[in-house]
Amino acid sequence: MASELKTFSQGGIHVDDRKYSHESPIEKLPASKLLVIPTSQHIGAPAKVVVAKDQAVKIGQIIAEKAGFISANIVSPASGVVKAIEARMSPTGFKQECIVIENDMKDEYFEAVTDIAPSPEAIEKYDPASAVKQVEKAGIVGMGGAAFPTSVKLSPPPDTKIDTIILNGVECEPYLTADARIMIEDADKIAAGLALIMKIFSKNGPVKGYIGIEANKPDSIQKMSEAAAKYKDIQVVSLALKYPQGGEKQLINAITGRSVPSGKLPGSVGCVVQNVATAAAIFDAAVNNKPLIERVVTVTGLGVKTPKNLLVRFGVMFTELIDYCGGITEDAAMLICGGPMMGKALQTSEVPVTKAVSGILVLNHSEANLYEEAPCIRCGRCVDVCPMGLQPGMINKVIEAGEYEKLEELAIMDCIECGSCNYICAGHERLVQKIKIGKIKLQEILKARKEKEAREKAKAETKAAPQDKPGESK
Amino acid sequence: METKDKKWIVGQGSHIYFPQDTRIIMFQVILALLPACAMALYVFGMDALKVLLVGVISAVAAEALIQKYLMKTALTINDYSAALTGLLLALNLPASSPWWMICIGSLIAIGIGKLAYGGLGQNPFNPALVGRVALLIGFPALMTNWSVTGGYLAELYRKVNPETLTAATPLGFVKAYSGTNFSADLVNYFNSYKINWESLFVGTTSGSIGEISELALLLGGAYLIYKKVINWEIPVSFIGTVGLISMAAYYANPQATLLPHYHLLSGGLFLGAIFMATDMVTSPFTFKGRIIFGIGCGVLTMLIRLYGGYPEGVSFAILLMNIFVPIIDIYIKPKRFGV
Ligand code: SF4
Ligand code: SF4
Repeated sequence: MASELKTFSQGGIHVDDRKYSHESPIEKLPASKLLVIPTSQHIGAPAKVVVAKDQAVKIGQIIAEKAGFISANIVSPASGVVKAIEARMSPTGFKQECIVIENDMKDEYFEAVTDIAPSPEAIEKYDPASAVKQVEKAGIVGMGGAAFPTSVKLSPPPDTKIDTIILNGVECEPYLTADARIMIEDADKIAAGLALIMKIFSKNGPVKGYIGIEANKPDSIQKMSEAAAKYKDIQVVSLALKYPQGGEKQLINAITGRSVPSGKLPGSVGCVVQNVATAAAIFDAAVNNKPLIERVVTVTGLGVKTPKNLLVRFGVMFTELIDYCGGITEDAAMLICGGPMMGKALQTSEVPVTKAVSGILVLNHSEANLYEEAPCIRCGRCVDVCPMGLQPGMINKVIEAGEYEKLEELAIMDCIECGSCNYICAGHERLVQKIKIGKIKLQEILKARKEKEAREKAKAETKAAPQDKPGESK
Repeated sequence: METKDKKWIVGQGSHIYFPQDTRIIMFQVILALLPACAMALYVFGMDALKVLLVGVISAVAAEALIQKYLMKTALTINDYSAALTGLLLALNLPASSPWWMICIGSLIAIGIGKLAYGGLGQNPFNPALVGRVALLIGFPALMTNWSVTGGYLAELYRKVNPETLTAATPLGFVKAYSGTNFSADLVNYFNSYKINWESLFVGTTSGSIGEISELALLLGGAYLIYKKVINWEIPVSFIGTVGLISMAAYYANPQATLLPHYHLLSGGLFLGAIFMATDMVTSPFTFKGRIIFGIGCGVLTMLIRLYGGYPEGVSFAILLMNIFVPIIDIYIKPKRFGV
């Protein structure tokens, strides 16, 4: 492979990847007695609870129903009894409505499931007409961390023409290895999932499939390539190591050279991007009627004794996962849900694993950014690394000065919150935190402006109306 | 410890960081200046040591005192930026500078050049240059007093003019020249003080203590570019522009102008272009912006050298271009993705 590895066109950072758990095979953690299931584990509206306290439930039974177009079903990850429906701490760092299920450990399924092995023949035979419905029923959301409802992604507006399906096996967040392990251990299912997604979209013309993997995972690349070779039109693409290659827009750019325009979705350039674990879940749901009840979580960082990759039932507490990995070290400092770049710092490990939890990261004092913010010295590095071509330092200044209207001009809404600027900042400025605030403020301003315009238009119309009438009557 | 009961520190992402922060950057710049300091010690002897020490100590003291007693804010001398300002100021002064003048320079650099604007990061002008230019205006004679008492140059001068132990810098010589036979007198002047392009490059000639050795400054610059503390854009475009204009000026009037490579090697061009114009706080954000900034510095430097009242224009040129940085940053934006 003499050819140069592909990557996205601008910005990005080179971070030491610290994949301590890459060699650890996925271990299955037994489900616990009590499982805590938040009704909002996805982007969009929280699901609506459809069970009552003391009601018996089975695996895969919908316990909270998708509410609105962008939302997802929540299914029961165990058989047992609903113990409580109440607000509890969730891995978002906030209290959320949760359904607490007492597991009877019988693992009875609500609907019959099958065990068809992933293979080109299985995909050949499969009729994709009901696939999206199956995915929706199973409660599948993007498992890379963003948790966007997958059924929505699989049903783009009718006028978008999709010709490229990309599986995201980049896992560009340092430390995390869940996707890398799934690709090594379950490559066939991922490839079949991709073929299935391609089949869904191929009714409108030929569709190509790609699996993007960074070159620091040669074993994942090899296993995926072997699996992909069984299918027509699926290609594994090795990518140069650069963060944030796993960002949708960056990955599309790296693989196809296309640039999703500002403010637009991947569909606008004919692409659909899915995470590799999501593709496997899609296969299970569509072909075998299996609901999404568990996921692989990387428990890692120098603050845990033995980093591991664990297959975990949703609703199990972080504490249990960490303790299964030998517990925390003396100088553990920070607990993070997700990766070190985009993850969220938590106050307590007493929160449950949800669909969006790709990793549990325990940083010790030497790894964690514990610095106080110092002034911006205008080093310009944030500008150099921003993959979206923004000026994070300038945005930060404008926000600190409270001049939120200027954020529109600075294109703050393009920010993908990748944290590259924050990572590189010489002044240890918490740029992403302020950008998040700035986005909300700008949206308020834009909304207010729209309302004002609408009001003025209405006023102008009512004013204009009486004058028009005499004219009409003439 | 029990995982369950652990009190976790809650911070805002990203949770890992790039180690090269402000402190380390400032420290690396100081390191990069050490070769120039070593040359200063060799060429000017103890005079240079005195200037360097007074410069650094007075700048750090000025920052500490102003922050403690006047502003009553937390001290920031730990970030090494005051020490760097003091060092840069000292390197821009003659070896003969009296200690009190250096202290005034430091006070102006730190007080007016930096803290008055709100501290590091807010200052529009390079603080060390603010200090230097203030001294240049306030004490023009002292700032161009090139007499020495020790080091390599004292040895050299003892053989040529033992009474005064001083010599004009090449740029000063050209600016002050009033004779009729420029070429012959220039050769004469060069020969008596062993000035040629090699000695100018290595730095065994007269000038401010830190500007003499382009060799030492280039070593430091290479280190800073390698460590990604500075970009190549400003030094290259600045020095390149001076080179081009001085070439044009020489061919237009060879009788009264220095050869182009003497323009490059005498004066504060390399010190300014590598260490002062690249000051992050006071230079543009973007690649293109930095090129424009460097070219502007080069043009202004040559305008002052050729037509202005001062023999040297690097400091003024950088300060003038500092004014344009906010405008450059408004008009030269990075290329947005997907636009
Ligand atoms: S501004 Fe946004 S997109 Fe750009 S580097 Fe920072 S977090 Fe990433
Ligand atoms: S990286 Fe930090 S210090 Fe550098 S310009 Fe950006 S905000 Fe300022």
